[in-house]
Amino acid sequence: MGVGTLLRQLKWPALGLAALPAIWLWYAALTDRLGANPAEALIRGLGEWTLILLCLTLSITPLRQWTGRAEWALWRRGLGVWSFVYALQHVTVYLWLDMEWSLAQAWTDVMQRPFILVGTLAMLLMIPLAATSFNRAIRWLGATRWKRLHASVHAIAALALLHFFWMRSGKSDYADVLLFGAVVVLLWLLRWGYGWRR
Amino acid sequence: MIIRTASSGYVHPVGSEITSRETYLNRREWMMAGAGATLAAGGFWSTAVSAATVSAPGVLPPLKSVPSLLEGARTDERITPYKDASTYNNFYEFGMDKTDPARYAHRMKTRPWTVTVEGLVRKPRVFDINDLLKRAAMEERIYRMRCVEGWSMVIPWVGYSLGHLIDEVEPLGSAKYIEFHTLADADTMPGVKARILDWPYVEGLRMDEARHPLTLLTFGMYGEVLPNQNGAPVRMVIPWKYGFKSGKSIVRIRFVEQQPTTSWVRSAPQEYGFFSNVNPDAHHPRWSQATERRIGEGGLSARRHRTQLFNGYEPQVGQLYTGMDLKRFF
Repeated sequence: MGVGTLLRQLKWPALGLAALPAIWLWYAALTDRLGANPAEALIRGLGEWTLILLCLTLSITPLRQWTGRAEWALWRRGLGVWSFVYALQHVTVYLWLDMEWSLAQAWTDVMQRPFILVGTLAMLLMIPLAATSFNRAIRWLGATRWKRLHASVHAIAALALLHFFWMRSGKSDYADVLLFGAVVVLLWLLRWGYGWRR
Repeated sequence: MIIRTASSGYVHPVGSEITSRETYLNRREWMMAGAGATLAAGGFWSTAVSAATVSAPGVLPPLKSVPSLLEGARTDERITPYKDASTYNNFYEFGMDKTDPARYAHRMKTRPWTVTVEGLVRKPRVFDINDLLKRAAMEERIYRMRCVEGWSMVIPWVGYSLGHLIDEVEPLGSAKYIEFHTLADADTMPGVKARILDWPYVEGLRMDEARHPLTLLTFGMYGEVLPNQNGAPVRMVIPWKYGFKSGKSIVRIRFVEQQPTTSWVRSAPQEYGFFSNVNPDAHHPRWSQATERRIGEGGLSARRHRTQLFNGYEPQVGQLYTGMDLKRFF
């Protein structure tokens, strides 16, 4: 079996795996397995998985360039949609457990706290991408315009990293932030490196 | 009349709460207080229960005490489970994760241990921990503990007012503040090598705050000696301030003239102030302080609590800050 066929056949199982962290987090949260502060653990867990999935989404193009297999692109939109689904859960749980559905309080939070504002911007920018992540949308928009729109994923990744960095600032706890930052920067460099060579 | 039910957080008497010998021997003391409390609490049983110390979880050696008679020192809110209070900790010398202290703090040696009391005092001295334990009668105080991160607990501490110790060393008139230094031992504390903060951890209080009877020099919790992760063998507990003011595993107390530069103020002055009094209206730049999540209250479905000015200790400590702009001096 060729690599292309393998990538094609593994697409759905691989995308299915992306549901597991959320299933585990919700199961653990609802059965009191997330320690003394389950609400915080759930919000942060969903946020971290959003970042992981964003990194995986961004790794597809370098992988395609490196292996020379165009079939990798089949995975990209699915991973992007999963990033959005995790971000949506992250925001929903924040609105539920931190804001207790008070939109007035959430608005104050967005306006007063730069890290919440930046996270909100990243979330809002994801909406048009998730909304156009099906084949017909590409046809409607035309491949060029669709690609231009979806290039905003890089801005989203940068905002998400800034959100994470600001959340941790003041406690000088940057180990995870640096890790995610390094991964994203490496993926950008690889992409540009391959682009340059071609 | 206030009717308390189990759901409102009232602790009902159980067999294991049989009055200890110490409490029994001190019965005159608490019965005097009980006479007044009976009228207030509206029933004999309430008085009997509030006059017993909480039952120990049986994890560490017991530390005997009598229930404090100090006003405001024994909230009747539901006590946070021992497991949560001893596994969800901020003690960065052992790492930044909430579970790191419980995992690594066993490496810390709490004997022998001395506390050096120095600076602007007539009688500076080095106290051995075993001596310090005997300087005054141990009291159990049930305090709310509000972390600056937006969560809170209710913890039964064992100790005595720091004022007892202050009196013993006779501060000079020029001593306006006191400074606490906590242990920074790179061999047993992984976080000290990681340079998260400028170690040792330094905290401080204005002299009137330090002398306030609610300021507790703390040796135990839940009727037992402190677990290492909670600051064994001796820590501060200042219930109207954010938790980080209550330094753990204290090795040095210094009397000084100038306001100390505390560790968090040095690290992030835009986020943390010297006073750090609990205040729902003085917002932290990265999150609101209006509400708090009470740890151990039934997982995800638990509602957040409204945060109270001075963590609800305003009747006791409000007069310390008369005329002060609490938003400016946060």
